[in-house]
Amino acid sequence: MMHYNGARRQESLTVSTPLIEAINITQTFGDKTVLDNVSIRIHPKEIVTLIGPNGAGKSTLLKILLGLVSPTSGTVHTQKALNIGFMPQKIQIDATLPMSVKRFLKLGFKPNQAPSASQNTVKKTTKKNLPPLLKPWQQWLKRLFLAGAANNMGDNQRLHHIANELNISALLDHPIQQVSGGEMQRILLARALMREPELLVLDEPVQGVDLKGQAELYQYINHIRHQYGCGILMVSHDLHVVMQHTDQVLCLNQHICCSGHPKSVSESPEFQTLFADSQEGIALYEHHHDHSNCEHTHGQPNESKKSPPPSPPSHNKEEL
Amino acid sequence: MAWFPEFMTLALLGGLGLALIAAPLGVFVVWQRQSYFGATLAHSALLGVSIGLFLETNLTLTVVAVSLLIAWAIFQLSHYQQLSSDTLLGILAHSSLAFGLIIISLQEGVQIDLMSYLFGDVLSITHADLGLIVFIGLLIFLFYRRHWQDLLNITLNPELAHVEGVAVKKVQLQFILLLALMIALSMKIVGVLLVTSLLIIPAAAARRLSNTPEKMLWISMILAVLSVLFGLALSYFADLPTGPAIVVVATVFFLLLLSKKVP
Repeated sequence: MMHYNGARRQESLTVSTPLIEAINITQTFGDKTVLDNVSIRIHPKEIVTLIGPNGAGKSTLLKILLGLVSPTSGTVHTQKALNIGFMPQKIQIDATLPMSVKRFLKLGFKPNQAPSASQNTVKKTTKKNLPPLLKPWQQWLKRLFLAGAANNMGDNQRLHHIANELNISALLDHPIQQVSGGEMQRILLARALMREPELLVLDEPVQGVDLKGQAELYQYINHIRHQYGCGILMVSHDLHVVMQHTDQVLCLNQHICCSGHPKSVSESPEFQTLFADSQEGIALYEHHHDHSNCEHTHGQPNESKKSPPPSPPSHNKEEL
Repeated sequence: MAWFPEFMTLALLGGLGLALIAAPLGVFVVWQRQSYFGATLAHSALLGVSIGLFLETNLTLTVVAVSLLIAWAIFQLSHYQQLSSDTLLGILAHSSLAFGLIIISLQEGVQIDLMSYLFGDVLSITHADLGLIVFIGLLIFLFYRRHWQDLLNITLNPELAHVEGVAVKKVQLQFILLLALMIALSMKIVGVLLVTSLLIIPAAAARRLSNTPEKMLWISMILAVLSVLFGLALSYFADLPTGPAIVVVATVFFLLLLSKKVP
């Protein structure tokens, strides 16, 4: 299946080395095989969407790529000192931890980020404000009381800029435990971006977000790719609706069932009416299984395995 | 000051030192919901006492050694996913306590005052204990200076912290070992049964007055110091057992602050 952007993509990707590459990953827990000989690679500026039903091994593959789990067999090659921004699916923070959204975001700054020129000027001004007796202790005091909090202009500017873009500026002084689910997702994305990542890993970024919100978020993610020049790996359990600008869709169900490019909504008349307002940003993915050992049915419970590639399922209309 | 005996000076210094090292560990115990972990280590400290008596060596030494060993075991086992950590801690806490009590009972002619280990005994504080408390305080200070931000990130989400480059396992192990050291030493002052309270009550009370993690740290240290001061005074003048007196004062602080709205 060849799409309008297929040839161009091939051309641009062969020249760069992948940011991260997993080769022939197999993972077993006891006698249960979770991943069977799975390979995946992400190049700079490339967006890869990993889809699959529940229990397909998406999270496990993600954990292996992030180095949180070591695979039973297979290798992961990561570019040296790769700066990864990770947006976890959700995060549980105990109510006893007093922390504002702003502080949460600041904790995501890389501690050893090279100070820019603007940061140096700020350091000088803070020194002036301190009583002379304390000057020699300035660094020490700062560490003790601010505990290494990134407190310089360059970082702060970036924080406010990203908060503005993601529409969370009004939340910055709120306790982190009091934000809603959708707000938390944007906060987590902001934290991942704060690190100016080379690879952005998003675990179900649109979970629980309505279609309009999805389209907006996807457009923003596409904007991120160009702004930061980062590769993006996105995990989604939605088997049909994916991000329009995805370069590659991988369908995982223990093994890679199929892979390809998404189909623009405008090419699919059935969906065109359905997505009337929000087709910018989202796209459809058709599944073409070249082998018969794929047990999942892509949202159509009664679909026969021998049937031709599914047309977009009708029950999606209710969900959307 | 004839009215102020030396044991009281030692108790005061020991108690204050303990308050200052318990509070920083306590805030993380509260944030990470690990209070049961503290209780497990405290129970196993009694096993250290009985082994020390059995071997006829320095009790502080064996208590510290056994606590560190149990802490290390918990850390290793917690990465082994077969049992929930809740169950695991329960098994370790009570089996080590049972072993400890059996080993004590097997030794004929040994008369120990179990009460002093369960509830603390200020008379037992020595200069060596003070030295150890200062040493651990120094270790904790250095550890926090280096890893405060890492610890906060691990508390928020260990996986995110790992991806962001924090040596999660290393920092966690160091924290657990420091906790074990602190618990082993505080046993003499507040006793096995009350060690955890010194960790969590000042921290929980401080939550009501804090809007940043750092503020909660400083306030819990102040509350712990005040609890020890008033507790020792209460114990000295009203002839009350020291450990319970300290814990009661801390609880009063907690209750007084309970009505206050969290900022």
